[in-house]
Amino acid sequence: MPFIIRRLVFYLVAAWVALTANFFIPRAMPGNAVEDIMSKFPSLQPSAYKALEAMLGVGHPGSIWHQYWSYLDDVFHFNFGTDVVEYPARVSTLLFETIPWTLTLVGSATIIAFVLGTGLGIISGWRHGGWLDRVLPGLMFFQAIPYFFLALILVEVLAITVHIFPLGQGYAGGLIPGWHWAFIGSAIYHSLLPAFTIVVTSVAGWMLQMRNVMITTIGEDYVLAGQAKGLPNRRVVFTYAARNALLPQLQGFGLALGFVVSGAIVMEIVFSYPGIGLLLLNAVTSNDYPLMQAIFLVITFTVLLANLIVDLIIVFVDPRARAREAAR
Amino acid sequence: MTVTLPVTADPAALTETPKDAGRWSRLPAKAKAGTILLGVFILAAIIGPMVTPYDPSYQNPSPSLSLQAPSAAHLLGTTQSGQDVLSQLLVGIRLTLELAVIVGVVATALSVIVGVTAAFLGGFWDDLLSLLSNVFLVIPALPLLILLLGYLPQRGQAPTIIVLSVLGWPWGARVIRAQTLAIRNRDFIAASRETGEGTWRIITFEIIPNEVSLIAASFVNTVLYAIGASVALAFIGLADLNSWSLGTILYWAQSQQALQLGAWWWFVPPGLAVALIGTALVLLNTGMDELGNPRLRDASSVAKIGGHRLHPADPTPVLQGGAPRRSAFASFAHSFSRSSLLEERSQSARKPAAPQPGGER
Repeated sequence: MPFIIRRLVFYLVAAWVALTANFFIPRAMPGNAVEDIMSKFPSLQPSAYKALEAMLGVGHPGSIWHQYWSYLDDVFHFNFGTDVVEYPARVSTLLFETIPWTLTLVGSATIIAFVLGTGLGIISGWRHGGWLDRVLPGLMFFQAIPYFFLALILVEVLAITVHIFPLGQGYAGGLIPGWHWAFIGSAIYHSLLPAFTIVVTSVAGWMLQMRNVMITTIGEDYVLAGQAKGLPNRRVVFTYAARNALLPQLQGFGLALGFVVSGAIVMEIVFSYPGIGLLLLNAVTSNDYPLMQAIFLVITFTVLLANLIVDLIIVFVDPRARAREAAR
Repeated sequence: MTVTLPVTADPAALTETPKDAGRWSRLPAKAKAGTILLGVFILAAIIGPMVTPYDPSYQNPSPSLSLQAPSAAHLLGTTQSGQDVLSQLLVGIRLTLELAVIVGVVATALSVIVGVTAAFLGGFWDDLLSLLSNVFLVIPALPLLILLLGYLPQRGQAPTIIVLSVLGWPWGARVIRAQTLAIRNRDFIAASRETGEGTWRIITFEIIPNEVSLIAASFVNTVLYAIGASVALAFIGLADLNSWSLGTILYWAQSQQALQLGAWWWFVPPGLAVALIGTALVLLNTGMDELGNPRLRDASSVAKIGGHRLHPADPTPVLQGGAPRRSAFASFAHSFSRSSLLEERSQSARKPAAPQPGGER
């Protein structure tokens, strides 16, 4: 069975665990959305309970297995029920409105940070003890800053004190979203500061990891052999050392992704960015359970998908993996 | 640029082991800096709440004290409702560190239990526990934490600690399992088994003491995770908002528009405290890494022998000596993991001997 198929099976298991947790958490925890509404509107008669359940799609008719299957069916069809707060709106509609914003911002910023951090890690690993090593503790400080706190500082300095960047939002007010330059330009302009926040806070982590793997790789015999052959330094660094150091780095990328995405989503709140973060904040503050559940699933599935892509890249980058695939 | 190679080095100088490796002065500079920085915050957490100038929750009704910039009376200014930021900060550091340390202890204990159990039981249970920790590693923690805490009826310190601990063990468990598997096959374990030591005695007196550095690193990482997660959770309002932690101060600052009102003294100190505690922990962890892997040290700690700058050439400690022996089901389950692709030596070493069972080809 090819490696990628095996990984796919693993992610399917992970997705199933997430789905199942999502199904059982509301049933295991006390309190629910219906009771929440009932307590908010004391004038409601107890007979309204069933009606509310049916309306929100949170009623539990039938056996637990029956519920489980209909739940899986709903998720499969993107049916996450009706939103409690913005009542007639479907949860899936709210998600489709916000996902593109978050995906574009967090996705591109994470890729930039990863490429930049890996590049810096190659340099600082090769020039061990050079100037990049000296600024390392400073970078660790940025790594330890919560994403949203750096966002607060940047907004304070660059948007409020010096009016270089907008205060927040995804695009300038008054513009109608669409594929025209005024809107796209404004959206890019508004995303610069949030993207910068993600890059600054996550670049040190990638760099540190790459540096450590580079230093270990440079100690290998084949790197010494490359130098002994008189190869130019650039070839030794990139083709011999960095290429091999990249594999553990990519492995780490998959695992750190969830962390970066979580941080970025909280950061979006500071910028009032129209992404999933703000939706999550609204869901939490108003006890909007169907929305919280849907957001959890969407983020988890996105991270799993990104992990699968990383696996594909690993197979593509690692000739040993390809050879082993062929031998299988 | 060329790398100076230790060709002319005196072999005696190379093999000489530092006699006082455990001493403070021999610690990597990063570990020292981290310890000192962390010490300052621990001290603040211990004595802070006793020396707060004001009650952190006391809302001074005087309008002149609303959003007052730092002054002699209020060293870090006041909030919109006239509360003293410094007092909140001192109490907040205590609460945040308390939570993080408890989560660190509980989650690390869980990861030691799971890791050692998996390595010792082997077979089906090992596969199940490994699969479980791998699954929980790829599922992003924060959205799951939000979901769990969102459904809890009351929000406070205890539920947050429980939920953070329950989700904080997989990384440590994975590392500790690998290390336990490696140690288990060493000779001294075989020797103690021969002398009739029981499994529990071997685990508690032979295995665990050999994993102290790993457990410590795992603890530091977990504390870091707990601080980050608890502050982020409080920031979006999933905490007891009547208590003062670094996260709840930031929550109130954000929700009462401290940023828009230009009240930097309100949100900068708590955020800076989080960042500095985090930096201290990262420094500590990197320092411990360098202690274990001397190659990672920076130039200042690299020995100079005969005028040549010499990177310690000791082999890097390797977790697993050879290919771990796996049962048929275990190797099948392992082939689903990402590391199976990168494990070249174990694959090729095993292949000629016996075709790998499990999984159709």
